[in-house]
Amino acid sequence: MEPEIKIGPEEALAEDTHAETGEFVHGTSLWRDAWRRLLKNKLAVFGLIVVIVITLASIAGPLVIKRVFGFTPDYIPTNDTQLVRSFPPFKGPNGEFSWKHPMGTDNAGRDQLARVLQGGQISLFVGIIATLVSLIIGVSYGAIAGYVGGRIDDLMMRLVDVLYSLPYVIVVIVLLSMFRSQTPRGQLTLLFVALGSVSWLTMARIVRGQVLSLKNQEFVLAARATGVTAPRIIFRHLVPNTLGPVIVYATLTIPQVMLTEAFLSFLGLGVQAPLASWGSLAADGVQNIAIFPWQLIFPGVTMALTLFSLNFLGDGLRDALDPQMRTT
Amino acid sequence: MLRFIIRRLLVTIPTILVVITITWTLIKLAPGNFYSGEKRLPPAIEKNIREKYGLDKPWYEQYGKTMWSIVRHFDFGTSLRFEGQSVNKIIWRSLPVSAAVGILAYVLALVVGIAVGSIAALKQNSRWDYASMALAMLGISVPNFVLGPILVLVFSLSLYWLPPSRWGGFPSRNLILPVITLSAIYMAYIARLTRAGMLEVLRSDYIRTARAKGLSEKDVLIKHALRGGLMPVVSYTGPALAFLLTGTVVVERIFALPGLGNYFIEASLNRDEPLLIGIVAFIAITLLFMNMLVDIAYAFLDPRVRYQ
Repeated sequence: MEPEIKIGPEEALAEDTHAETGEFVHGTSLWRDAWRRLLKNKLAVFGLIVVIVITLASIAGPLVIKRVFGFTPDYIPTNDTQLVRSFPPFKGPNGEFSWKHPMGTDNAGRDQLARVLQGGQISLFVGIIATLVSLIIGVSYGAIAGYVGGRIDDLMMRLVDVLYSLPYVIVVIVLLSMFRSQTPRGQLTLLFVALGSVSWLTMARIVRGQVLSLKNQEFVLAARATGVTAPRIIFRHLVPNTLGPVIVYATLTIPQVMLTEAFLSFLGLGVQAPLASWGSLAADGVQNIAIFPWQLIFPGVTMALTLFSLNFLGDGLRDALDPQMRTT
Repeated sequence: MLRFIIRRLLVTIPTILVVITITWTLIKLAPGNFYSGEKRLPPAIEKNIREKYGLDKPWYEQYGKTMWSIVRHFDFGTSLRFEGQSVNKIIWRSLPVSAAVGILAYVLALVVGIAVGSIAALKQNSRWDYASMALAMLGISVPNFVLGPILVLVFSLSLYWLPPSRWGGFPSRNLILPVITLSAIYMAYIARLTRAGMLEVLRSDYIRTARAKGLSEKDVLIKHALRGGLMPVVSYTGPALAFLLTGTVVVERIFALPGLGNYFIEASLNRDEPLLIGIVAFIAITLLFMNMLVDIAYAFLDPRVRYQ
């Protein structure tokens, strides 16, 4: 079941002349090949572009808004004559057309666009950090279990099985509500711990499966015969060969984690004001759905679009890197 | 087979106890308690209440008592927030609400998902295939807490067709929006799983054999292909149950339904310890037993799966 991208002899030779060391010949061509296939997939390219645009907008947006209009995402206007609470999109204080609040303002008069962009920062950040944690813990855990094998492997994977069967969202909700932090930053840290601690399980399983099928191949035998130490075999020889499925799964983990974060923030357990995430903005918007529907629609649609693009990108990467792997 | 069931039971029961223990530990480790909220009680009264609920005992005695009454009598004690009501009563009262929404949503997702997925697989690479898969991707990407309010906005607040919230008894128009909101993501997953499963099965040898021996196309598809193609959908039932539970939490809050999920959030925000432990234990038991049943059903359905 070892997924392998076949390369023709001419192509391999052509790559050989470009590469400096023999070690990278196969890698370069695999990635180049995958990249070419990804670019052919229109939906995946669309996903990639949208993800890049939203990421850049989230990072630069709040700074630009501060430069142009002079307010931050948590700025509440205190000047009584200009109390712009819950203003519709593109409207100034007297109902005239204005560029100042393209997405309107929220209940407290904070600019919705700035908050949606800041929410994007936090949502993407949470997704990426939790995925990184899952990469670091999951990959090393799975690779070690798979390579060592025997009783240690049994024990390590049994632990994963037990953790896997826990209704973890339930435990996370209990954890977040019991240890509620007084500060938004503290709650955010708690959220990271909660999301990171469970996101590595599937990754560990995938990597272990890959390592199991790789570890009896000749190149591992060769490495062992030449006296390479076990940690070096695991991290220099085996792990690089599992990168395809790992990247695919990591890309698909990001939207999952973001969705969980939004779900928790929606319930009031995650990110708290004055910080914003798409989930907490949607929760605020739901309160006013009958009167100010844009307060839900803007963060909701932005989030859906981002998840949509990330999912398409993940699917495209899967098809490009590993045409044989077929999961959902 | 029997050995497999016994082995699964031997894993499931300790897992349930582990979940309850983790919840109990988290609650006890966390600073503060139900009485440390805004409405501070006079110390003497608080002391009496603590004595009444056994909260003044050392932790191992409290833990032992909680676990014993759960294991022995399936009794979770009395709620703190809803004074005088037993946790069991609250659970049995709210369970039908969650069950009605959850089961209807799952059935809807199965019916629509399998139909759409099969058609997409049969007409692979057609316009219909692309459209339904894009729609399925949309279903996976739009969070239920966005979809629900938007449905309310359209069908209740603009068109005035359906009630926006509240529980209206079992067969009622109030159920339509919550069920659609909850089922959207499963519909999408099931459609994708069915399509992938069917595509794989349609290319397999036994389908070619079935066609070669002259079975009608209808028989080939319904009796042979669908059975094999739906295996991924069956194995998805376990995770789907878990997600349905978390989904109901959000849906019940959006539509103000008095279900288990709403009580669960209520209990965790108010630190209603007995109610919280009761609901978590109940959810864990249901979920893990359901998962076990799914695994056993899987072994029956697919003769290629063999458990030692």
